[in-house]
Amino acid sequence: MSTDSNTIEELANREYKYGFVTDIESDTAPRGLNEDTVRFIAAKKNEPEWLIEWRLKAYRHWLTMEEPTWPNVHYPKIDYQDMIYFSAPKQKDRPKSLNEVDPELRKTYEKLGISLAEQERLTGVAVDAVFDSVSVATTFKEKLGELGIIFCSFSEAVREHPELVKKYLGSVVPSSDNFFAALNSAVFSDGSFCFIPKCVRCPMELSTYFRINAAETGQFERTLIVAEEGAYVSYLEGCTAPMRDTNQLHAAVVELVALDNAQIKYSTVQNWYPGDKEGKGGIFNFVTKRGKCAGVNSKISWTQVETGSSITWKYPGCILLGDNSIGEFYSVAVANNYQQADTGTKMIHIGRNTRSTIVSKGISAGHGNNSYRGLVEIKKNAANARNFSQCDSLLLGDKCGAHTFPYIEVKNSTAKVEHEASTSKIGEDQIFYCKQRGLSTEDAVNMIVNGFCKEVFRELPMEFAVEAQKLLGVSLEGSVG
Amino acid sequence: MLEVKNLHASVKGNEILRGIDLKVKAGEVHAIMGPNGSGKSTLAQVLAGREAYEVTDGEVHYEGKNLLDLAPEERACEGVFLAFQYPVEIPGVTNNYFLKAALNSIRKYRGQEQLDAMEFLKLVKEKLNVIELDQSLLNRPVNEGFSGGEKKRNEIFQMAVIEPKLAILDETDSGLDIDALRIVADGVNKLRSKDNATIVVTHYQRLLNYIVPDFVHVLVDGRIVKSGGKELALVLEEKGYDWLREEAEVNA
Repeated sequence: MSTDSNTIEELANREYKYGFVTDIESDTAPRGLNEDTVRFIAAKKNEPEWLIEWRLKAYRHWLTMEEPTWPNVHYPKIDYQDMIYFSAPKQKDRPKSLNEVDPELRKTYEKLGISLAEQERLTGVAVDAVFDSVSVATTFKEKLGELGIIFCSFSEAVREHPELVKKYLGSVVPSSDNFFAALNSAVFSDGSFCFIPKCVRCPMELSTYFRINAAETGQFERTLIVAEEGAYVSYLEGCTAPMRDTNQLHAAVVELVALDNAQIKYSTVQNWYPGDKEGKGGIFNFVTKRGKCAGVNSKISWTQVETGSSITWKYPGCILLGDNSIGEFYSVAVANNYQQADTGTKMIHIGRNTRSTIVSKGISAGHGNNSYRGLVEIKKNAANARNFSQCDSLLLGDKCGAHTFPYIEVKNSTAKVEHEASTSKIGEDQIFYCKQRGLSTEDAVNMIVNGFCKEVFRELPMEFAVEAQKLLGVSLEGSVG
Repeated sequence: MLEVKNLHASVKGNEILRGIDLKVKAGEVHAIMGPNGSGKSTLAQVLAGREAYEVTDGEVHYEGKNLLDLAPEERACEGVFLAFQYPVEIPGVTNNYFLKAALNSIRKYRGQEQLDAMEFLKLVKEKLNVIELDQSLLNRPVNEGFSGGEKKRNEIFQMAVIEPKLAILDETDSGLDIDALRIVADGVNKLRSKDNATIVVTHYQRLLNYIVPDFVHVLVDGRIVKSGGKELALVLEEKGYDWLREEAEVNA
């Protein structure tokens, strides 16, 4: 055990010694993290004993772990005892109308073409009347319910479907998986749960509902999606609108389980506040996302467009356990100003004839630093496994950086693994060419960057793809010329 | 239409254009010839507004405006078109998308209606015929994986769609076989009218058999040392450029 975690334990114990008493009536947990904080959160949510134990086990394991230092990112040390781990949303602190919202933020919303109603929701404007989209959400839920699809908040799932949660929680990302996953497991606030029963094809992209559902889930979000035999679901996470949050650290966990012949498509557009031009105040986004292709012929696809956060640390991966299962990862990651991104994927081939595809597009601008880090592992019994990886980096300007860290471990000689990588710079000649045809510099950069990302964008559901293109333009505004 | 007076330009401190004077009227075709390194391409790039070149002296008037005050995209919107010697590749962006964005950007600048996808498609199909290109070209990324000849033809195709007032063709003939050369030249000729003008930059006389110029100017060491009619090109073909260089030195 390291001295660091000893210190944490000491601190935790010290607070306890001072007579920390859990105040169940309070809306906010006292600063700091110890077993009582964990119990406080569980109590707030009326959780059953097994889940409390699960959280505590995760917490105790977390104490023995060290914060990873291997990612290619730099940030001041996080004081885990100086954070508040649970806070019920307060209505009175919210802006009363959009006029009270930061004009810069509103300008960005307008550029992205976000409706007023959605702007209000995103900025947390206190609205007395339940606005339309909530009832739309209820309608969705009823329709899904008819098909046996369960789609609800994590807390609701714990109450209504404990047997399912118990069965699958931590089955893909164990609570001891890594430092941030352990932390999340101990203190997760809420999140989403989605269950698609046998042979049901979810008839809609689970997006609109999620956007509403996503509000107020806090900094430690937990998502669990299970697709039973032959089921299909396409799930959209996030939102193109910039999200501001007073919590600097975000450590989410997402688990996907696909049984025989099931397919899960998970798309993310992440646009957390990246900090100001000097890089101050942005969100740290340390996420663990993993899918398990548990059954034969199952398929999990991750598509992500990461433009926000000051630091991004995430590697959505696939465990290809079932024979003939398929894992895919399509990613666009942007690092502008002082943003840092260390992201990529893990493809673990265990079953026979498993296939994986990785397409990663990193864009660096300003002083941004972008790293692709990926692992392709072919286990001993994964006969005829195949992987194709393509990692392209695009640089805008001369103060940014792009790095690629591919790890390949092959233990079966029948495997075929291909890796391609390229780094290019938006050329002055490309921009001049566009300008000579009548396009502004901004439009030119937009067009070139979108062209670069095309292979990823075409994997996104239509509405998301259009938004993602616009978002990229806004994120890179002013980065050239 | 275009009047260039005593134009000086340099790149990284090296003076390349050393006092160019040139007048181009609507309806005319001017050929700029000269040996390698004489500044032909620089002149083309400076007129189009390439930032890498610094104009150190002189004036350029175009349609009553000071051309040098305009940004490259404004020049394009005002009707100046440069067919690039080395057309640039833009991976992932289809020709169709690129050209539609360009045309609509120009139309917007001019206060004209934007063309929708159907209207645009109709227009490009017409123009593809002019330059004898296959429609599949539209869905390929801009210049990516194009042969040298295809790239040059694509430039002329873009020109046909954009319909510039002043077209500058920079070495459009280089890299073309004789058939492609004829097609490109036919295309340019079809686009000629009494309202637009063309500047053809080349160092071979060959292209001028197909695109017959009204005037030929010879550029040596950043100056126009001789101007004349189309017959001057034939003299150059026969005698080369050295005699002009010697003549220029005597005059200087």
